Amino acid sequence: MKKHSVKVSLSDSQPFQAGATNRRQFIKLGGASLAIGGLLLAGCEDDDEMTPTNPTDPDEDTVFDLGSGDVGVLNYAYALEQLEADFYTRVFNNFYTGITAEEQQVLTDLYYHEVIHREFFKTAITAAVSDSSLVLPELEFDYGDLDFSNRDAVLATAKALEDTGVAAYNGAGRLLSNPDYLLIAGKIVSVEARHAAAIRSLINPDSDDFAGDDVVDPTNGLDVALSPADILPIAGGFITTEFTANNLPTS
Amino acid sequence: MNIIRFLDHFTSDELSSQQEKGSILSRRQAFNQLGGLSKKLAMSAVPLGAAMFSSKKVMAQSMNSPVQALQLALTLEYLEDEFYRLALESGVVPAGTRAEKVYMQIARHEKAHVDFLIAGLGENVVDKPTFDFTVGGAFDPFNENGIGQETAYAQLLALAQAFEDTGVRAYKGQAANLMSAPDLLTAALQIHSVEARHASEIRRLRGLKGWIVQNNRGEGMPEATQGVYDGEEVTNQAGYDTTMEFGADAGTEAYDEPMSGETAVAIASLFIVS
Repeated sequence: MKKHSVKVSLSDSQPFQAGATNRRQFIKLGGASLAIGGLLLAGCEDDDEMTPTNPTDPDEDTVFDLGSGDVGVLNYAYALEQLEADFYTRVFNNFYTGITAEEQQVLTDLYYHEVIHREFFKTAITAAVSDSSLVLPELEFDYGDLDFSNRDAVLATAKALEDTGVAAYNGAGRLLSNPDYLLIAGKIVSVEARHAAAIRSLINPDSDDFAGDDVVDPTNGLDVALSPADILPIAGGFITTEFTANNLPTS
Repeated sequence: MNIIRFLDHFTSDELSSQQEKGSILSRRQAFNQLGGLSKKLAMSAVPLGAAMFSSKKVMAQSMNSPVQALQLALTLEYLEDEFYRLALESGVVPAGTRAEKVYMQIARHEKAHVDFLIAGLGENVVDKPTFDFTVGGAFDPFNENGIGQETAYAQLLALAQAFEDTGVRAYKGQAANLMSAPDLLTAALQIHSVEARHASEIRRLRGLKGWIVQNNRGEGMPEATQGVYDGEEVTNQAGYDTTMEFGADAGTEAYDEPMSGETAVAIASLFIVS
């Protein structure tokens, strides 16, 4: 099995209790794609063995840590935007056969938006920190056996990524202390939600899936919100560059 | 979930700079059933809460407390809830269509948002205004005045788009006012992204992109809705030029901009009789 790339601090075991349930929820979210499902499950297995970062690990000095405070949260968002941008770049550079004009328009726009988000975070974090070694480096990705020539696989992965992005930003908003950063995150998350709805309506146009009961709780009308401890093992299934998230704010 | 209970989780440390004045002691007593923090919030909310719904006039007060932010949210949710309910009752949305499924799902969510915010605001709840979706006869979205089914349907879709895009911007504009209450902030963000999902789908139903291009209101949108889109054309985000990679259209699409409480109230007030 591929080495798991993301380690999350276990200093507070509580989020992980909650996380187990939420991850199952996300496996359901990504369930349309076997490729994603497999990676998520692999991530869950890994969780069971997850231990606090070993201080004697020889790699420890070279592994990037997202950092603490607002910078840590921004690096976290940057990691997710890097993932989305990389995915849509691959989709855009080699559209699946039989793609409709509407699908091509939507996927092109998503490629544009996510690359813009990625470049924005790179610039903004660099400007916010005095030391460029605090900026998350360019990550590398591996989509396993995901078939980019297959419409259903591509759209299912896009759906999982967008829904995950929404849940991640919704969960991370409270971790920010600077209102300017919160506003920026708010400006981005609603666009991610617009993406999620569009992808969902491409997959299932004549339905209420754009805001389906699997993501919007019908009893209170609330979308999903998940903490970094829940999101990173999911996103980590695609990320091959190792980094740690040991100092992110947790509340 | 109870918002007042949320508020009580937090110490009043963050608000210690907002010292109470002696003159509002009696009002404090009136809210003494609430926790320390929520009491302060409630007091600051009363003047606006009373004023906001007393007339159609644009309110000039700044909104700066969690309770005020949620009262504005509730007002917008009241508006959306009633709009979708009346739309479905009107028969203007063709039965058995994608549009009907979309309206029904959105209607469920807006109703849930109203209930959620009412329960959370408790004592601080604001009354539901009386709405006029014809805006004094300018529109006829429910075909009550004989404008004809086709025109009514077009107006009904256009109003839905305006309401959803406003909702996204208005919630975003209130996020900073909720930072002192992280659980409330999270809940508001969870509603905010649902409004964005709605906006995307309504726009796509109308043949538009799910995202806002520059400050374009989009084909078929009445000029009266331009206020919903003014300010969306921003291309500089924290010093980053978003047009650099793919031009201004993509750069503006990639970010939704906030709307002030005053602007949101002004837009909602168009549809409020009393």
